[in-house]
Amino acid sequence: MYTQGLNQAVEDGGPEDAELLARFQAKIDREEKIEPNDWMPKAYRQTLIRQISQHAHSEIVGMLPEGNWLTRAPSLRRKAILLAKVQDEGGHGLYLYAAAETLGISRAEMVDRLLEGRARYSSIFNYPTITWADIGAVGWLVDGAAIMNQIPLCRCSYGPYARAMIRICKEESFHQRQGYEAMSRLAEGTAAQKRMAQDALDRWWWPSLMMFGPSDADSPHTGRSMRWKIKRFTNDELRQKFVDATVPQARLIGLEPPDPELRHDEESGHWRFGEIDWTEFNEVLAGNGPCNRERMAARRKAHAEGAWVREAATAHARKKRSRMAMAAAAE
Amino acid sequence: MSERGERSGNERDWPLFEVFIRARTGLHHRHCGSLHAADPEMALARARDVYTRRGEGTSIWVVPSDSIHASDPADKDMLFEPAMSKIYRHPSFYDLPDDVENM
Ligand SMILES: [Fe+2]
Ligand SMILES: [Fe+2]
Repeated sequence: MYTQGLNQAVEDGGPEDAELLARFQAKIDREEKIEPNDWMPKAYRQTLIRQISQHAHSEIVGMLPEGNWLTRAPSLRRKAILLAKVQDEGGHGLYLYAAAETLGISRAEMVDRLLEGRARYSSIFNYPTITWADIGAVGWLVDGAAIMNQIPLCRCSYGPYARAMIRICKEESFHQRQGYEAMSRLAEGTAAQKRMAQDALDRWWWPSLMMFGPSDADSPHTGRSMRWKIKRFTNDELRQKFVDATVPQARLIGLEPPDPELRHDEESGHWRFGEIDWTEFNEVLAGNGPCNRERMAARRKAHAEGAWVREAATAHARKKRSRMAMAAAAE
Repeated sequence: MSERGERSGNERDWPLFEVFIRARTGLHHRHCGSLHAADPEMALARARDVYTRRGEGTSIWVVPSDSIHASDPADKDMLFEPAMSKIYRHPSFYDLPDDVENM
């Protein structure tokens, strides 16, 4: 979700030793975890570096649209909740950077790639949060979609990623609930509040469905990722699960997803939905969404303005070390 | 260190620490993740923020990651296989008369 660019080609990195490859696959088939020091194909490593770092960047950039409302949350309760949620997302980013580092890339390199525009983050965070209801919609839909994707990732074949996801999923569950709660309060409020809630659903519905990435027909690497148990469900399967779970939640609070083709298919039990506007998706991925430039500018600014803190901490640590060395020498 | 590392400076030099947390008194400290920090003091402060936001701990250890020496996965069989056949090290190996209770 947070990793929708995964479907791009990953360099295969040349031929691999057939015997090692067979042993690797057998291990995965036995549901054993792959750990950092184990042998792994280059393409497995590269796919994971790309996926985990993209996931980490999404957690970090994802703090921006919600951070936008921290000072303007409508009550102290809502403010405390939103602050805790945004803090969690920062933590998620850190767990994931650490998981990616076990594959041999440094966090500094990953951050460089993001700031230089060479790495992606989820397209969803390029949409603006213009009303308070957007915060409800983000928690309910965006975190809801994230959870749908992240639960199967807890069983990912790569140990450090799977363990990070378990921790993240535990923390994630309140994120969706608080968003849905905020939405339902608005939906049962004044006519204007209900309109605000419906408007937020109208704007976030389709981008949330796009979070699952291109349809299976346009995801050439799905088969390999499934075989390697990096992925457990295809993009379309996860998207369908999300729609099936979310439509009844919307109706329960008197809201309606903005899709005239939405209908319940009695036979399969699934909610059938209309065609996604993939042109919009590709535009946002290409950097032309409503907030792409703003988000990157905010990240670069934060990184640049934090430089003195990093330098001061380094200088302080160095000074302490040399004082300790001098004290030890004097003894 | 790479050229780029030199260029963008400091944080690249911050070492990695492994974080161990004791959930409650009486339990072991358990590994829960890692983080970068300029020094151990900062590592402790960050570990508190990153790993104990929901009361997960009563005590934290941070250990520089490069102080950890790990066994080689290639030695797994040599190291651990010999114990697999020694089932008589487990109490369930022994046959006791049915009438014996609580042994
Ligand atoms: Fe998150
Ligand atoms: Fe979240």
